[in-house]
Amino acid sequence: MAFKGAIEVDTQKCKGCSVCIANCPTGSIKLSDMVNSKGYHYAEMTGEGCIGCSNCAVVCPDSVITVYRVKI
Amino acid sequence: MAEKILMKGNEAIAISAIRNGVDGYFGYPITPQSEVMETLMKEKPWETTGMVVLQAESETSSINMIYGGASCGKKVMTSSSSPGISLMCEGISYIAGAELPCVVVDVMRGGPGLGTIQPSQSDYNQIVKGGGHGDYHNIVLAPASAQDMYDFVDWGFDLAFKYRTPVVILADGIIGQMMEKVEMHPMKPRRTDAEILEAAPWATTGKPAGRERNIITSLSLDADIQERFNRKLKGKYEIIEENEVKFSEYMTEDAEYVFVAFGCSSRICEAVVDELRAEGIKAGLLRPITLYPFPFKEIERLSKQVKSMMSIELNLGQMVHDVRLAVNGACPVGFYGRQGGNIYTPEEIVSEFKKFNGLA
Amino acid sequence: MTGHKQMKDMSISIEEIKKPENRIYGKPSLLTDNVMHYCPGCSHGTVHKLVAEVIEEMGIQDKTVGICPVGCSVFAYNYIDIDWQEAAHGRAPALATATKRLCPDKYVFTYQGDGDLASIGTAEIIHACGRGENIVVIFINNGIYGMTGGQMAPTTLIGMKTSTTPYGRDPKLNGFPLVIADMIAHLDGTAYITRQSVHTAPAARKAKNAIRKAFEYSQKGIGLSFVEIVSTCNSGWKLTPVDANKWMVENMFKKYPIGDIKDILK
Repeated sequence: MAFKGAIEVDTQKCKGCSVCIANCPTGSIKLSDMVNSKGYHYAEMTGEGCIGCSNCAVVCPDSVITVYRVKI
Repeated sequence: MAEKILMKGNEAIAISAIRNGVDGYFGYPITPQSEVMETLMKEKPWETTGMVVLQAESETSSINMIYGGASCGKKVMTSSSSPGISLMCEGISYIAGAELPCVVVDVMRGGPGLGTIQPSQSDYNQIVKGGGHGDYHNIVLAPASAQDMYDFVDWGFDLAFKYRTPVVILADGIIGQMMEKVEMHPMKPRRTDAEILEAAPWATTGKPAGRERNIITSLSLDADIQERFNRKLKGKYEIIEENEVKFSEYMTEDAEYVFVAFGCSSRICEAVVDELRAEGIKAGLLRPITLYPFPFKEIERLSKQVKSMMSIELNLGQMVHDVRLAVNGACPVGFYGRQGGNIYTPEEIVSEFKKFNGLA
Repeated sequence: MTGHKQMKDMSISIEEIKKPENRIYGKPSLLTDNVMHYCPGCSHGTVHKLVAEVIEEMGIQDKTVGICPVGCSVFAYNYIDIDWQEAAHGRAPALATATKRLCPDKYVFTYQGDGDLASIGTAEIIHACGRGENIVVIFINNGIYGMTGGQMAPTTLIGMKTSTTPYGRDPKLNGFPLVIADMIAHLDGTAYITRQSVHTAPAARKAKNAIRKAFEYSQKGIGLSFVEIVSTCNSGWKLTPVDANKWMVENMFKKYPIGDIKDILK
């Protein structure tokens, strides 16, 4: 069974710490070129590789990542 | 007829706590008040009323146990003596800052430092003016008998919950150690959970879905919020000063000379008044029962009818400053005190009184 | 992945995946919407989330009382939606002792840093352990004082630079680190002592299981449960959050190894 996932980041609350990026097994998160109102480059999903493993959200200190997943 | 039992002042505190539905006592041994916890441990109230009694590892810890217990809306108390109270002052400040109710008993001994283990009244300034850091007051009750020790526990909790503020029973080694007959009032049960919710809706009783979370804290990083809080406390203290002053008077009606004395000193001064009256000198006594709020108005009133006033204290002269504030120059104010655990005799005070007033 | 599945894969759009019925993980409802004041990447936020998840999953919001320390987590009460008491520096175990003894049906936990617990509050934690208080202690150990600006803590490693050990902690001048979890394991009043971390998802999941076990043990009347979380302070350590995690693994774990230290029910 395989999964396809997606994440949604609360960009205004993200502090761009990048711990999620270091914990993503498929390299599907990067920091945005844009900044939020606090001046942080926030995390965002990149590409189609997300498998919905939730690792990024589990280690997110600010609980700004919501994870979605479907079986394919 | 109510039951009367012979007991020490310290024992009266313990028995009163059990009989008045106190939920918890947390303390640490120190002379001259160790009988409070010893009596509680001997009585085993956890088997009867369910009261928790615990010997803590320090006074620092016991006052913070009081903070925790009071946060839950429980009636909790501790007792100690001067050096131990100094350690507790951090916690008392936090309790005042978090607006928690509790009763602290201070059975004073001579200081500073380790000092002596004999009776003293040398912590008036510390306790009446706050003790810990920050702008706050304790309500301070000054017992003069074992019966007062018994009665002030319940009165103290009434005030503590009415105003959400720490109440200190400021006793001394004489009152703590002296044995007297104490009249037992009917038992009061401990509060039920429902009664606690009603008496202390602010308490950390566990957050149900239907209300905001309760947070007990004294922290505020915003200067304006802190100032608003300080002014709220000030408003509370004004109400306390208006409504809770308590004192007693002895032969002041026609008095030309008035002694001001609290606690054990007030009892000695009653004998002084009797002695002077026997000599034809119209003496009287005002005993402040609450030291905060202080009976400023009554002392001011008396100062206008008398030739002089004299503050009698077992210290170097602490309450006398409040007496002078109340008198505000209307009459001469004298002071006589003993220190280090020594106690004056009535004759000694009579002699000092005559010296001060040029009557010798 | 086969070519066939990849085709199906390609057929579902990101927007279709992000439907409420496909949500599998997110902020627990017991975490408030307040933005945490912690620095980016701070372990505190992750541990707060795990505590909130445990309380939520156990359904004990109305039976839990938390005690905050003085330190960076002084404002923990702003983030987890339960009743809280804010203690004086180091005194949380004393508050918890009275709270638990007076309200034995409640789940009572303290949340303390290494300055609070291992320095100014050593008497309170040691004696709460000695008495076997039925409370949970969450101990954040990052070897530094965060809130006051990165000073040496009792748990600071030898050689580690802080604002009060600018040339590195020198045992001749500053003594040696206190290893609190190992110390209290010798006391008969402790039931469960474990050391965890939250720098990776598997580590955080283990830490959550440990916190849950500690909460469950606290209702068994068998003594104190202690969960140390070896953590980072990237601001105090002057590293990026990701580099701080690496430094923690390479240095902190040697002195503070991860794993269970004591479990009296095993």
